[in-house]
Amino acid sequence: MRGLTKSYPAVRGRRGTPATPEVRATDGVRLDIRRGEIFGLLGPNGAGKTTLVRQMTGLMRPDAGSVEILGHDIVRHPDRAARILAYLGQESTALDELTVSLAAETTGRLRGLDLRTARRERDAVLDELGLTALAGRPLRKLSGGQRRLACFAAALVGERPLLVLDEPTTGMDPVARRAVWAAVDRRRAERGTTVLLVTHNVIEAETVLDRVAVLDQGRVIACDTPSGLKEQVADEVRVELVWRERAPLDVPEVAALRERAVESGRRWTLRLAPDEARAVVATVTGGAAFAALDDFTLAAPSLEDVYLALGGAARQGLVRA
Amino acid sequence: MSVVPAEVLPGDARAVTETARTGAAELAPRARLWPSLAAVYRAQLSRARVARIPLLFVATFQSVGILIMMRGVVDGGHEAESVVAGSAVLVVAFVALNLLAQYFGQLRASGGLDHYATLPVPPAAVVLGAAGAYASFTVPGTLVTAVFGCVLFGLPLTHLWILAAVIPLAGAALSGLGAAFGLLAPRPELATVLGQLGMSAALLLGVLPPDRMPEAVRLARDLLPSTYGVEAFARTFGARPDWAYVFGDLAVCAGVGVVSLAVATWAYRRAAVR
Repeated sequence: MRGLTKSYPAVRGRRGTPATPEVRATDGVRLDIRRGEIFGLLGPNGAGKTTLVRQMTGLMRPDAGSVEILGHDIVRHPDRAARILAYLGQESTALDELTVSLAAETTGRLRGLDLRTARRERDAVLDELGLTALAGRPLRKLSGGQRRLACFAAALVGERPLLVLDEPTTGMDPVARRAVWAAVDRRRAERGTTVLLVTHNVIEAETVLDRVAVLDQGRVIACDTPSGLKEQVADEVRVELVWRERAPLDVPEVAALRERAVESGRRWTLRLAPDEARAVVATVTGGAAFAALDDFTLAAPSLEDVYLALGGAARQGLVRA
Repeated sequence: MSVVPAEVLPGDARAVTETARTGAAELAPRARLWPSLAAVYRAQLSRARVARIPLLFVATFQSVGILIMMRGVVDGGHEAESVVAGSAVLVVAFVALNLLAQYFGQLRASGGLDHYATLPVPPAAVVLGAAGAYASFTVPGTLVTAVFGCVLFGLPLTHLWILAAVIPLAGAALSGLGAAFGLLAPRPELATVLGQLGMSAALLLGVLPPDRMPEAVRLARDLLPSTYGVEAFARTFGARPDWAYVFGDLAVCAGVGVVSLAVATWAYRRAAVR
């Protein structure tokens, strides 16, 4: 079964800026993404997600390794990337001073559309994303989420079989997020569009992705479906304890927990076996500890727990929102 | 035997057979040079409304101020011609050199070039579109300065039409230089400094009459592309302009323009893919 249409064996790291020691931003990454799939790159800031995406979009040459998209060698022909994929980067400076309408239209024209087609697609996309009312306003006058949505609109004008989206929903309200995922789903259903999504938001990763690669320090530490990954830590439960002022360390059971907790201010996060978790909850909801407890939650493992269980180095890098 | 129309097959299966048949997916067409140049030009020009108009006023007032200041020093004749021509071309230097260097410097530093680099657009279209738009921004300011200067110094308005050649050609030379500064400077602050220095040079070497300058400064003046725009314009104020020299000077501007825009295009390629 040759379902694979893209493969990225061994994309090797590149050097950091001269002033800093060499950083392996991506280190021997190998990923295969199937056509029509929403594939995610999940990891904390600095994990190498954006570097990897820049290498795939032809913006950055890898030191070693190869990138093949739909049968085209992108390392050898970086200019072909622009003719296969649409890229939504994190920066909007090139479009900031244009109106939403002109940003979408110009991007379409620069994707090779003639004027009439560019305008037709612009109108359709702005309508689809609910941006028509904002069409005449310059991007820099919009809120962060609206600006992001306008950039996403520009990325959709001029159809491409692969969408590479680097944290597309940053700053968006739920309505805008839904508009983004509806637009992505429609393109996948109607045209078999493949989507590569970069995110550090675990909730988003769990809900929209077909498969996800977890990146840490330039390496892929896991790659599977979100539920498949979560099965790896299915025997764990996450317990979060929030203390009123400080942890009651005079209670011996609490003092013993401290070693296993990740502390973040008044919040302790623990990953425990289910029976251990029950014991902890019993302890902290009774007696002296309960007086010091402000709040606690007990949750099934998320992709964040997967990341940490797999040895992810950053303790606080992922976002749940 | 079963015959299943392709539409019935799930997307994956169809994709595979298609890929197997052709080897690789079909590439979308590139954007052609002129349409994409026009699109960049139009987008850049629309920025004028939002961001550039205050700066255009600054550029014009600066030149008008210099004219008024020089009126106290220069009485007329050849020196007045240099002052008026120099002030008018200074507007071009301010916008096309200084502001364009800043624009590209910031675009490069903030990652804004990624947007263009991931579109199938020829580098020349981005550079020429932006340079052309910035050169166009200079038109009103240059005209106002030239007319005001002619009236102030009592020079004839007869040959002001030469501005129709001076602005695009000096604009090409200076905006190419500005774009190259912006795209080559490793940091945006440096791009700003280079743009400012270039404009200061155009101010000092272009506006002040050359006859009083020492030899070394005159040599520097000859190396500055805006000088040829100034000279060409200044010559047309004479009673009987020597058109061969005028067009000779303009040809130098055009030559420098072609070279500097080519350098800027190369710099763009270099900056876009690292």
